[in-house]
Amino acid sequence: MQKTKTYVSDTVSRLQPSGIRRFFDLAASMEGVISLGVGEPDFITPWSVREACILSLEQGYTSYTANAGLWELRKEISDYLARRFEVLYDPANEIIVTVGASQALDVSLRAILNPGDEVIVVEPSFVSYAPLVALAGGVPISIQTSGKHQFKLQPEQIEQVVTPKTKALIICSPNNPTGTVLNREELAQIARIVAKHDLLVISDEIYAELCYDEQYTSFPAIAHMRERTILINGFSKGFAMTGWRLGFIAAPKDLATAMLKIHQYTMMCAPTMAQYAAIEALQNGAGDVEEMKKSYRQRRNFFVQSLNEIGLSCHMPGGAFYAFPSIQSTGMTSEKFAERLLLEEKVAVVPGHVFGASGEGYIRCSYASSLEQLQEAIRRMKRFLERL
Amino acid sequence: MKLSEKELEIVELLEKHARLPIDTMAKMVSLSVSEVEHIIKKLEEAKVIVQYATIVDWRKVDGHEGVTAMIDVKVTPKRGVGFDEVAERIYRFPEVKSVYLMSGAYDLSVVIEGRSMSEIAHFVSEKLSTLDSVISTTTHFILKKYKHDGTVFEQGDQDRRIVVAP
Repeated sequence: MQKTKTYVSDTVSRLQPSGIRRFFDLAASMEGVISLGVGEPDFITPWSVREACILSLEQGYTSYTANAGLWELRKEISDYLARRFEVLYDPANEIIVTVGASQALDVSLRAILNPGDEVIVVEPSFVSYAPLVALAGGVPISIQTSGKHQFKLQPEQIEQVVTPKTKALIICSPNNPTGTVLNREELAQIARIVAKHDLLVISDEIYAELCYDEQYTSFPAIAHMRERTILINGFSKGFAMTGWRLGFIAAPKDLATAMLKIHQYTMMCAPTMAQYAAIEALQNGAGDVEEMKKSYRQRRNFFVQSLNEIGLSCHMPGGAFYAFPSIQSTGMTSEKFAERLLLEEKVAVVPGHVFGASGEGYIRCSYASSLEQLQEAIRRMKRFLERL
Repeated sequence: MKLSEKELEIVELLEKHARLPIDTMAKMVSLSVSEVEHIIKKLEEAKVIVQYATIVDWRKVDGHEGVTAMIDVKVTPKRGVGFDEVAERIYRFPEVKSVYLMSGAYDLSVVIEGRSMSEIAHFVSEKLSTLDSVISTTTHFILKKYKHDGTVFEQGDQDRRIVVAP
């Protein structure tokens, strides 16, 4: 008998494929493209880290680790969080090593959501938040931040969308795609609203190492927030380790215990070889991170100033490696602008609307490319704008 | 002479790329062109910036090889890969400038540059001697620089990233 129905669940059927995909296909089919569309460092993982992984393989460390991750790595993570961000987590039962920050988000949401619970997503945002909420049975509720506020979440915006069903708020600072950093005072204001409504905060701090102008504040370092925060971080961005797929969760014991149940049944543990590499990264990688950060900062300064000079208004992003200039002066939609820029000048950028409705009128440009490529991209974009 | 953060940044940029256009550099360090020009002039006068040198890969020019420290390494070759594997393991360290397979009393000749003798000693004792295949090392210090402040002579790897990613 022929099959007469789809076997795909309603939840998955309703999910939209990522808007980035279309541009990837188009750009990948062209020659000579300068891509400012890449959401990852242009550095290769430091050799000492790669070498530590090779050594672990040679020594035959190829079996599972503890579900939560190697004890030595969890201890290093605990020390790192205390040293760099002044937040304290017990490596014995408050830290879980995950397969990238992405899995950390997935596990976090599945651990906290009952069907119909609402999760506030601050847009423009990383493309996975809302789909992950939906997959976990929750309902994503978006807040649209505005270019007028440099895309900083205004605390009263939380009040406007909070309902009795609101369970959690996802924040990401420094932000992908806007590069915006929330400082201690701004986080403290958010904390007051969060406490008032008894919300949990999932703080995605994957870009924390790449914060250029001021001391970074981790959300659980704000008074009384540790008990209601799931801290997510990892090695991908700061340590240039995207392909290793290694992240971690730090959370109070009750939450970590719940998340570990899911992690144990779905993932068993993060890849062992990557965990050994991560130990080396935390023990000896600070100098490499500092060098990479300095290089990003210089390229940011060059690129953002150049964008403003050629007529694309752009706020100075405090962190990550993204510039998020406005293209409203051209009268085009983000999609049209990105498509024409790619076809006519072979510069790939990501149209802002794929990160949320408030991203319309903006494009995301990654400046994690060589200075020469950035200079050439600016020349091409200038030519493009002058022709319009 | 104590340099400000911006002055230090300009010196480091020039040291890596002496031909970097002033206007580009000004943007990178968030100063005006005239401020950068002023700083460079001041540093030149103070002889902090002594000379704008070109780094030449003399390995490509016959008869012009030079080194900082040369280490004679005895190793055990492995079946199937011979000396290649251990040689690769050693030459991937960025402080290592070259690795040669030698005839005679030892197997590999490693050229390495460090900031101090102790840095090289650390490399030899921590990284090199600890490799399984390495039987012994003998270190000679010589006086020719091979890498200047992070500038590696070899071409960087091509960009392997996918074109667009979230």
